[in-house]
Amino acid sequence: MAKITFITNDDEKITLEGASGSVMALAVENNVKGIDGDCGGVCSCATCHVHVAPEDIEKTGEASEIELDMLELDDNTNEYSRLCCQLQITDALDGIVLKVAK
Amino acid sequence: MKKSELPDPFKNAREETGIGEMNDQNDPVTMLLRHKDVRKGAHNWKTFQSGAVPGRIVVPSEVNIRDLRQIPFEVDPPQHADYRALIEPWFRRPLEESYTKKLNDIITKVIDEALILESVEVVNKFALPLQSRALTLLINTPFSESETWISWGTHVFRSEGDPLDGDKAEVLYTYLDEKIEEAIKTPSDDLYSKLAESEFEGRKLTKAEIKGIMVLTFAGGRDTVINAVTNSIAYFAEHPKSLQQIKENPEIINSAVEELIRYFSPLTQMGRVVTQDTQVCEHAAKADTRISLCWASANRDDAVFKNPNEVILDRKMNPHVGFGFSHHNCLGATHARQIMRTLLKTLSEKVSTIDIIDFEENIENLDQFKRKVGFHKINVKFNSKKIT
Repeated sequence: MAKITFITNDDEKITLEGASGSVMALAVENNVKGIDGDCGGVCSCATCHVHVAPEDIEKTGEASEIELDMLELDDNTNEYSRLCCQLQITDALDGIVLKVAK
Repeated sequence: MKKSELPDPFKNAREETGIGEMNDQNDPVTMLLRHKDVRKGAHNWKTFQSGAVPGRIVVPSEVNIRDLRQIPFEVDPPQHADYRALIEPWFRRPLEESYTKKLNDIITKVIDEALILESVEVVNKFALPLQSRALTLLINTPFSESETWISWGTHVFRSEGDPLDGDKAEVLYTYLDEKIEEAIKTPSDDLYSKLAESEFEGRKLTKAEIKGIMVLTFAGGRDTVINAVTNSIAYFAEHPKSLQQIKENPEIINSAVEELIRYFSPLTQMGRVVTQDTQVCEHAAKADTRISLCWASANRDDAVFKNPNEVILDRKMNPHVGFGFSHHNCLGATHARQIMRTLLKTLSEKVSTIDIIDFEENIENLDQFKRKVGFHKINVKFNSKKIT
């Protein structure tokens, strides 16, 4: 199990627990505001954009080239940006904090 | 070649020059063919605008058949964002449980009706009724309205043999004028009424703005949805194992829908008007000329997609542009995705095989390219699963 904290644009803090699947799916199931996951997780819509807390970047790893290309043309992109459909929930993600970009 | 195959006519040009040339009613179009260029072009609204003369960004151009601006489709930021914010929540209703349940009922009924017939012409007797009935949910209007829309045929602006039929546009416009007047006089829970009471920049939306949004709602999701549904039926007719794969692994439905949308690319391209002299793929693009973002070509770019001409239903990374890209991505995509997801699920549960009897392909003439976008007609026999 991994505890993942989302901070929405209106500063609501939501901590969720997940065992498998993508972080995007966990957020959508729990109605985290600003995470829509329109394409279901195939990296085509950028509606699951988050900023990973700088101290958690090591846990999430870096974005792939396809993901980076997608982020390059999205709003509010910075060095901590990830599309959370590309983050698979494992114990390694326990404790991470993600700020919703939208 | 398989009957369900949609070849990629853009490959050589995409790899050699990255562009295509199309003369369209003496207003030529430079087509962007590479995935990267298409996405960058879609993102760069300052140089490649949508808010040009109404109808000009559509290919073939509709300048000669309409003056009405479609909204938010033919508006640029920042105003575009305000219109979009106004209507976006309504277009996300397809995610609500009550909506998906009704959509499921509509699609189940269409499939059940098809299963008892000896043969079905899919374009007009399956996809068109399905699309029209589903649209009553999006507009939240009585189911009976779908009968009127079915009677209009497969494209709101086009009739057979004439890609730009002004008379047909007039039928829709007159219909919408009546509906908008009715909504102002006697408001209900439908989209017309919702728009009539909406505020934009501190004032009510004008009738022309309401009509501009409604025309987009009708036109944008008509032949695109019909092509996606029809092409899916043809695909599963020739790939019965795929239907079985979905039945056994329903968790792949979301990625299967994205993959079919990538492969079919129901809308071939969308234009933009160049606002300042610039270059696309080292080719001069002068101010006040047109470019187009060729979604269909970008979706087969092997710089991005491995085996782009194969349908891989559980493709993991699929950054397709079948619903467009950036600010103007498809407003109706949530509705369209729910239609496709429900269609795949219900087909996999009820249908064992589909036999293609005969067909007539729909080939778009893009001047330098000829692209199969679907079918004018295709007769099939649906075979039901045996009850065990």
